[in-house]
Amino acid sequence: MSLEDDITRLRAELTAAIAAAADQAALEAARIAALGKKGSVSAMLASLGAMAAEARKSAGPAINGLKTEITRLIDERAKLINEAALSARLAAERVDVTLPVRPAPTATGRIHPVSQAWDEITAIFSDMGFKIAEGPDIETDWYNFTALNFPEGHPAREMHDTFFLNPGPDGTRKVLRTHTSPVQIRVMKQSNDKPAAPYLTAAMEPPIRVVMPGRTYRHDSDQTHTPMFHQVEGLVIDKESHIGQLRWVLEEFLKAFFEVPGVTLRFRPSYFPFTEPSMEVDVQCDRSGSEVKIGEGSDWLEILGCGMVHPNVLRNCGLDPEVYQGFAWGMGIDRLAMLKYGMPDLRAFFDADKRWLDHYGFRAFDMPTLFGGLSS
Amino acid sequence: MKFTLDWLREHLDTDATADAISDALTMIGLEVESVEDQGKALEKFVVARIVSAEKHPNADKLQVCKVDAGTGELLDVVCGAPNARAGLKSVFAFPGTYIPGSDFTLTKGNIRGAESNGMLCSGRELELNDDHNGIIELSDDAPVGARYIEVAGLNGVVFDISVTANRGDATGVYGIARDLAAFGIGRLKDGTVPHQPSPGGKGHIGVHLDFGKDEPQACRMFAGRLITGVRNGPSPHWLQARLRSIGLRPISALVDITNFVTFDRARPLHVFDADSLNGTVHARMAKDGETILALDGKTYALDPTVPVIADASGPVGIAGIMGGEATGSTEATVNVFVESAWFEPMAVAQAGRKLGIVSDARYRFERTVDPESVRPGIELATRLIVELCGGTPHEIVVAGHVEGAGTHIEFPIGEVRRLTGLVLPPDRIVDILTRLGFGIASAGTMLQVKVPSWRPDVTQSADLVEEVMRMEGVDKVPVEPLPRLSGVAPRMLTTLQNRRRTVKRVLAARGLDEAVTWSFISAAEAKRFGGGADELRLANAIAADLSDMRPSLLPGLLGAARRNANRGSSDLALFEVGQVFLSDKPEGQHTYATVIRTGATGRNWQGGGAVSVFDAKADLAAALDTLGHDLDKLQIVSEAPAWSHPGRGGRVQLGPKTTIAWFGELHPAWAAELDITGPVAAFELDLDAIPEPRRKPTRSKPALKLSDLMPVERDFAFLVDRDVSAAVLLRAARNADKTLIAGVDIFDLFEGKGVADGKKSIAIRVALQPVDKTLTDEDIEKVSSAIVGAVAKATGGTLRG
Repeated sequence: MSLEDDITRLRAELTAAIAAAADQAALEAARIAALGKKGSVSAMLASLGAMAAEARKSAGPAINGLKTEITRLIDERAKLINEAALSARLAAERVDVTLPVRPAPTATGRIHPVSQAWDEITAIFSDMGFKIAEGPDIETDWYNFTALNFPEGHPAREMHDTFFLNPGPDGTRKVLRTHTSPVQIRVMKQSNDKPAAPYLTAAMEPPIRVVMPGRTYRHDSDQTHTPMFHQVEGLVIDKESHIGQLRWVLEEFLKAFFEVPGVTLRFRPSYFPFTEPSMEVDVQCDRSGSEVKIGEGSDWLEILGCGMVHPNVLRNCGLDPEVYQGFAWGMGIDRLAMLKYGMPDLRAFFDADKRWLDHYGFRAFDMPTLFGGLSS
Repeated sequence: MKFTLDWLREHLDTDATADAISDALTMIGLEVESVEDQGKALEKFVVARIVSAEKHPNADKLQVCKVDAGTGELLDVVCGAPNARAGLKSVFAFPGTYIPGSDFTLTKGNIRGAESNGMLCSGRELELNDDHNGIIELSDDAPVGARYIEVAGLNGVVFDISVTANRGDATGVYGIARDLAAFGIGRLKDGTVPHQPSPGGKGHIGVHLDFGKDEPQACRMFAGRLITGVRNGPSPHWLQARLRSIGLRPISALVDITNFVTFDRARPLHVFDADSLNGTVHARMAKDGETILALDGKTYALDPTVPVIADASGPVGIAGIMGGEATGSTEATVNVFVESAWFEPMAVAQAGRKLGIVSDARYRFERTVDPESVRPGIELATRLIVELCGGTPHEIVVAGHVEGAGTHIEFPIGEVRRLTGLVLPPDRIVDILTRLGFGIASAGTMLQVKVPSWRPDVTQSADLVEEVMRMEGVDKVPVEPLPRLSGVAPRMLTTLQNRRRTVKRVLAARGLDEAVTWSFISAAEAKRFGGGADELRLANAIAADLSDMRPSLLPGLLGAARRNANRGSSDLALFEVGQVFLSDKPEGQHTYATVIRTGATGRNWQGGGAVSVFDAKADLAAALDTLGHDLDKLQIVSEAPAWSHPGRGGRVQLGPKTTIAWFGELHPAWAAELDITGPVAAFELDLDAIPEPRRKPTRSKPALKLSDLMPVERDFAFLVDRDVSAAVLLRAARNADKTLIAGVDIFDLFEGKGVADGKKSIAIRVALQPVDKTLTDEDIEKVSSAIVGAVAKATGGTLRG
């Protein structure tokens, strides 16, 4: 039998063995049988050494050719086996990607409309240079009424439907503030005292520009009145600010808050003990449909009260009304939210009905900013 | 305050349309609540006379009437009203008329075999009132065939305006006319009432004031006039129509006259039946134990805070509020005593509030009635009484005296520009004030202004600025930007304001819904949650379960959980960031962030289960992280708050003294008592208790030190007693070598099979970070034994074999 025949036979044997290898282990066995130290191809290569030079000349390339070919076949087979194994693994690892994942917490948590409106209002006024000031919900009669120029026993006090607390150990009877206006007094009343609590705002010196959001209370309950509600008060005190600027501030604010190109306001002279002149402000709107549209239409909707801070109030705070002047306004945060976002019933604000919160609430990262837009 | 266009024109010479007047009223601060053309719906109804009324042949309760409606023929009309009778004048609708109160259009009909050519109407059918007991009865002088709205005075435009608390003068038609004229709508007619002679001479009824030195001088002037020999009865048509047009019911001529003057001149009056009075009539404070049956038919208990009008027998009227029934005028009154007085607004307001009486007199007195209207009021009433009822007036008797404050204001006209931005010529300012009745003496740019008696609300120059602006129109004030104080706004929120904002957002981002609940809760809940102090209880709560200022946000959130569970949502995640009240002082108010989770967290195919204390703790950690605090580095004390399961709650301290938060699972006994099923995990975080962060001189962060050496991890499992705190073990391990140990985590916790009773196994993974050289086995061995030693010392734990 010639060497050529041997090679041909061996090639056929090994090719068949490689092709038959079903997995990496079988292939490795086939490789060792051919190319291992004691493998058939290795043995054949080893036999070269014993050959005559002439014979080796032709046998060498033939045997090396066989080795190269077998190596190539093994590599190819290995690749095939790998691919098949990967395919099998991928098939086994298949999952139902239509299964819903656990809802993102950000998809379920919601910010209350009062907080959202509060943040929107804060964003606008802080850009206009207003600081945010706060005072206590439980007030003395002096801060809530007397300092604000409500005479003792005056009918205007009665109109406030005040909640009274039982007298304390010192015999004084506190009230739940009926408006955020007492915070004006706390801001303006000239004093060097450090605030008694972290949430309280220290007295400021003019020029003063603050807005004062907070909870307020009145003994009243129906669809648009709840015994507790939220107001935001604004105050500007310096040596020259007047009603012309008050008009500008309110127009700019309402335009920004309702995110409309323009608003038309109607200022009506009115009466509040703590401002003089006093005005109520109506905003032009369209009330023909089920929702109120601000910035269009021909109806008027009362939206806030305002005026020049009353000289008596300035005096009560230790400011000379012949030197200092300024204006103040107050409006309902809940009411602004209702108008902007179309909530029909104020009472639902305080019921914490999950369905209501999920429907009217806001996403955690819907953070009102002026650069990103107040609402998405 | 209601009035009609016709009535206004009695005092104002104007052709202005109702719309123009309505706009003007609103612009000058007399806010129009409604304008109604009340005649429109009723213009087809006519006056008809029942000529005869016969029983219906086929129906017991019906009559067939022959009706004269001014058409020249008698109409057969079937009528069921018991008061339908021959001779009566009533309101008639022809077929084809829409009946507003019944919402149908009348057709010619046949009722049980009798033809009916129209309908006689009740008050309810015309939507005038609720009266449906019979058809409307008109007085005999009503002309047959005339339009009912004209007869009834309903043919006018009715304005309803809201008068602010400072404008007593605008509670009368004359005062409204004066304001409109000053604004430029028409010309004000002369309203002076001439003195009415007193042919009767001195009357027999005297008046006096009887207020002690220490008592409020509730009545400053009291005047009266006796008129003898009057004939009281229904007032004439024009007067009835006038009152009816603004919703008042005509009663009798004498009463109608007082109501008319009240609305016409903002001058409340009262008429007594002089023969029922006993002795002098006087004003005084009521005495304890006195009562009065007032004209509204109710009896009121009086006390020394209530001013009254009295005679020798006792109170005959509540001063400035309502007269007494016993001494009121009746149809039979022959001699009448007219009262016109001036009562202190505060006294009337307080008494009215105390007695709960709302009346047209009180409405005016508490807004301040013109003090100089006492005599003119009597004169006007006298003229009308003599005109309508005849009689002989006697001399006016007066006790006390009051007049306008006569306030003089130095008014620099520059104030108008300073406060409003309006630039007006001085003449215009003078003109406005003069039209409003202010007396002006000018000294260049400084005006000397005398305030008229009917405007006691005007006391200083700012008030005059309002008058000028009101009459010029606020819309004339030029809009002017408020200058910015700085190019870019500086930081505007305080630390606490920022904390509240970010805590809300982070809790919402963790899947919690924000609730806003009442600041007041029930007394029982307040007490249970550590509140309930008397000075934090409302004296006039709106409802029994909203009586106490909340000491905690938990009751509100738990109530919300209960309501939601009743609607089918028992898996709930809620938070509130809001105020709690620990005392009635400003510093007693704290801002808390509070969370509750109820039921299960995320019931989902990916897992999830009943909420536990660790859900609340995780929420708390997230909230604290946004505030710059790592919960693991704060002291957690295993002391459950009162509301918590005692073995499943804790307290978080910042430093040795300051507690900033509590967390836990709701105590099962509390849950049962609060009617809450299923587990509840909660935390309360006192945002105010967390101190302000120290301000650093620069915003630069500390330098980052990174090691090139590979960190090494080693695991240890310790057997410790069951009640050993993990925190103690962790702290011991962490502190075993402060330079090498970079972190310690618990990766397994086990009790049960293989672990002795009363013990637990805690497995920790310690990360070691070499500093300057790679760790050798010896180095690692050294740290390991330090850790084992430290844990053993701190907890008594041993390495698990």
